[in-house]
Amino acid sequence: MNTTASLPLPQPRTKVEAIERSPGFWSGVLAKLMRDPVALGAGAVLLALIVMAIFANQLLPADPYATSMFKRLKPIGFEGYPLGADELGRDMLSRLMLGTRLSLFMGITPVLIAFVIGSAIGILAGYAGGLVNTLIMRTIDILYAFPSVLLAIALSGALGAGIGNALLSLTIVFIPQIARVAESVTTQVRGRDYVEAARASGAGPFTIVRVHVLGNVLGPIFVFATSLIAVSMILASGLSFLGLGVRPPEPEWGLMLNTLRTAIYSQPLVAALPGVMIFITSISFNLLSDSLRSAMDVKS
Amino acid sequence: MSIGISIEHIGVAADSDRGGPAQPLLTVNGLVKHFDLKKGFVDTVMGRGKVVRAVDGVDFRILKGETLGVVGESGCGKSTTARLLMHLIDPSAGEIVFNGETVGSPALPLREYRRQVQMVFQDSYSSLNPRLTIQDSIAFGPQVHGVPKQEAITRARNLLERVGLEPRRFAGRYPHELSGGQRQRVNIARALACEPRLVILDEAVSALDKSVEAQVLNLLMDLKEEFGLTYLFISHDLHVARYISDRVMVMYLGKVAETGPAEALFEQPLHPYTRALLSSMPSMDPDRRTEEAALAGDPPNPIDPPPGCRFHTRCPLAEAVCSQRAPSLKTRQRRETACLIHEPGSGHSHAAAVAAAVHAS
Amino acid sequence: MNTASRADSAPIVSVRDLRVTFNGGKKPVSAVNGVDLSVARGETVALIGESGSGKSVTLRSLLRLHPERRTRIEGRIEVAGEDVLALGSRALADYRGRVASMIFQEPLLALDPVYTVGQQIVESIRRHERISPAEARKRALELFERVRIPSPERRLDAYPHEMSGGMRQRAMIALALACRPQVLLADEPTTALDATVQIQILLLLRELQRELGLAIVFVTHDMGAAVEVADRFAVMYAGRIVEEGPTREVIRNPRHPYTLALMQARADGAMEKGARLASIPGAPPDLAQLPTGCAFAERCTFVQPACLQSRPEAVELGGGHRARCLRTDATAQAVAQSARATANTSILLTETA
Ligand SMILES: Nc1ncnc2c1ncn2[C@@H]1O[C@H](COP(=O)(O)OP(=O)(O)OP(=O)(O)O)[C@@H](O)[C@H]1O
Ligand SMILES: Nc1ncnc2c1ncn2[C@@H]1O[C@H](COP(=O)(O)OP(=O)(O)OP(=O)(O)O)[C@@H](O)[C@H]1O
Ligand code: SF4
Ligand SMILES: [Mg+2]
Ligand SMILES: [Mg+2]
Repeated sequence: MNTTASLPLPQPRTKVEAIERSPGFWSGVLAKLMRDPVALGAGAVLLALIVMAIFANQLLPADPYATSMFKRLKPIGFEGYPLGADELGRDMLSRLMLGTRLSLFMGITPVLIAFVIGSAIGILAGYAGGLVNTLIMRTIDILYAFPSVLLAIALSGALGAGIGNALLSLTIVFIPQIARVAESVTTQVRGRDYVEAARASGAGPFTIVRVHVLGNVLGPIFVFATSLIAVSMILASGLSFLGLGVRPPEPEWGLMLNTLRTAIYSQPLVAALPGVMIFITSISFNLLSDSLRSAMDVKS
Repeated sequence: MSIGISIEHIGVAADSDRGGPAQPLLTVNGLVKHFDLKKGFVDTVMGRGKVVRAVDGVDFRILKGETLGVVGESGCGKSTTARLLMHLIDPSAGEIVFNGETVGSPALPLREYRRQVQMVFQDSYSSLNPRLTIQDSIAFGPQVHGVPKQEAITRARNLLERVGLEPRRFAGRYPHELSGGQRQRVNIARALACEPRLVILDEAVSALDKSVEAQVLNLLMDLKEEFGLTYLFISHDLHVARYISDRVMVMYLGKVAETGPAEALFEQPLHPYTRALLSSMPSMDPDRRTEEAALAGDPPNPIDPPPGCRFHTRCPLAEAVCSQRAPSLKTRQRRETACLIHEPGSGHSHAAAVAAAVHAS
Repeated sequence: MNTASRADSAPIVSVRDLRVTFNGGKKPVSAVNGVDLSVARGETVALIGESGSGKSVTLRSLLRLHPERRTRIEGRIEVAGEDVLALGSRALADYRGRVASMIFQEPLLALDPVYTVGQQIVESIRRHERISPAEARKRALELFERVRIPSPERRLDAYPHEMSGGMRQRAMIALALACRPQVLLADEPTTALDATVQIQILLLLRELQRELGLAIVFVTHDMGAAVEVADRFAVMYAGRIVEEGPTREVIRNPRHPYTLALMQARADGAMEKGARLASIPGAPPDLAQLPTGCAFAERCTFVQPACLQSRPEAVELGGGHRARCLRTDATAQAVAQSARATANTSILLTETA
């Protein structure tokens, strides 16, 4: 026997014939999500919010910036103001609708950027292991040691107020969290036999990461990241509330909550509305991320 | 008939079989692997880090076309030896000679060696990437070695057919859609996709049901015949090891206790440990149940292995000399044993009798 | 032990027409389809069969460990005079551990990693009995000595992960015995262990059965291990017991084609080197849509049209040996034939020394 012998097999095939394809992993996840009422509900709410954010200009019933001295702090159902009016007499409904845009943007963008950067850092640390891992992860740990609220406020404070700086500081807050998760899943996957088998067949680290690691770690990291969107929204609102994020008169839920807090006794329902929106959105993101997690759990 | 790939594609010299059939395919000399334990700060300062002596000086050969079975208790270093052979971990000492060339030398670079040696793991599930279809998993190896994608996929399909999984139905499936036995067939196909010469099977059938195990063992025997493979077969199931192996190596606590032709070794174990191991097998005869365990307790800790012969703490024949002097592998009639009883002049009281018996025969 | 006197006493475990259906997935899965099983005091019954045949589900039903909402259990289970399926939650908690307790294949998963083994045993004893911690600890120590854990005093304070596999299994057994149960349910307790440790645990189980008069239900797919401990064999296939009888009878004279095939599929015994191993072709049926006839028909060498009509009833073969098959005679013939063929092949090698 020598190595030039090729495998004698039933018949030589030259053409690749059609095979039965199983639905891929992601279409399976989608199918499971479609069967999950919680996921459908949360998804519908988020979809509605996103549609609202995109088409806000077309959908607005009134000018969200138009103030009126006479219509200040009107209750819900006040004539011409279905959800009342704020402390400057602006239409709450319109402001809440337009606020979706900034609030979602502030919630999603930092997480998205942190997802890309954090995953890269975490996967690098996890796959490289050893000294590289120690160096990266200890640095990450230093940032991680601060409570996220505190870190966000401190960074925003240091960088100065403004949307850009708020986004930047939130991104910095989320990178270590995502990197830690990415590192731990990657370390797990790296120890799996299929990665060993790939190494044993002589594949280089980049090929292995591309073919065998990414597909298996991005899912769990993504689930974790979706759960951060809610946190991000709340933190962003908090920053705006403190005057460190979005600036008036732009409508943003956190900021609205801040400016309306003086009205908490006179018009408690109106004052609570931005909070309700924050609550609904973040709950929806959390529920969706939970459903996603269980849908991605392949146990036939 | 062929699947239409000549080896030149992968860049192997055609004259790679050196030294004729008598030369071992694989020779392992003094292989050692010590794992560092996680050291505390004080230990680091004092420089007294402890190590796990997982594999501690192992020598063996695998002949061309044979099946070498490896048996031994859990933790004796079987998997570590396999991983060392695959170069998944670096040895602390020792050399591996494959087909006459030292692995890692310019004549046999690691990448080329890895194509010729493949491994099948115990856990059929965790050894397949859950996000790849099984045909992509099988085609991955050849692609790494430069086979074009279409060709690799054709090869994968043919192998699937060969291991008894109809490609049309199975090629596009994901691992969780297969049963354990089917997954292990896929793993075997994956190992064969690179056209290896040596396949290391680490507990490859241990997780399978008995009847599925029989199917997979039959398949392994057929494939071996068909492709002229050489197997290193690790198992803790002694029946299976006996059935499939030409020669068997018994390991104890990181060392080789005994090696020999399977039948001879099972019929007449020389090392006291082999004997104890064999009599631990359930008897399968309701009238001759085992009355007393041949070995009590667990093997000693590989961090502080006993001095002298490592087995002396549990050996029924141990004498004072056994705890002072480490036996070395002694060869006699194709069998190698590391026991002072089989070492003439060792000072063990049985040694003289054994020597005399040998002399007489 | 004498079989006659055992048969006289009422069985301590009595399962009648047990059916377990899981409703969680897309289609209901009938994991157990009419199991009858009795175990006498001081008797060990081995439940053997392929993976997925319903051994674990049957065993877990005895403790009602299935998720209540997704599972439908029908039939009757009586253990030590208690109607298990009718127990309220308080009574059930009391029953588990005290009347029947369970040991698992992987003790590391069954033991709590954050408490020492000693703490877990003490906790378990005190949940069922009102005794002082010191006394409970004394009992735990006795149990550790009982299951032969070396330096028991020290090991009581060890965490599960600090023990070796064999030691953990011993600790698990000690925990299961903590409240002096009468029935021990063992789900593949030695599958994860080495041959050398496996035999130690099997001998320990045998000793406990003898000295404490325990009834043991021993689930395994390893015939060898089953032969070592069991008085009786019950062979399961697709959620039913297809053959049952004294160990010796079932091993020497299997009368169900599945049992016969199982015996032949072993790589041990008188296996000719280089010969092909006999294996059962095909795969077990889908439990979501069981065939109307004999579930084994599709893979059976002796199948006849009648086999496909209805599920075979149990055929009494004498001495408590019964098989659910229409063709017990064909199997008997095949056994006789193969016995003649292998008469001169040595069975095992234990005699070499
Ligand atoms: N990465 C590692 N770091 C530290 N110790 C290790 C490592 N890998 C293995 N060991 C130790 O080396 C010894 C030998 O392990 P190995 O896995 O080779 O045993 P084995 O013979 O394959 O056992 P089993 O039959 O249980 O698979 C064990 O004591 C184990 O704990
Ligand atoms: N909670 C559950 N929900 C749904 N199906 C289940 C559940 N538990 C078990 N099953 C199914 O019931 C069948 C019988 O399973 P069981 O665990 O009893 O098999 P077994 O004989 O113990 O096999 P093994 O040797 O693999 O342990 C299997 O097909 C299994 O998938
Ligand atoms: S050297 Fe001594 S202790 Fe070791 S196996 Fe031989 S007799 Fe036993
Ligand atoms: Mg191993
Ligand atoms: Mg089971």
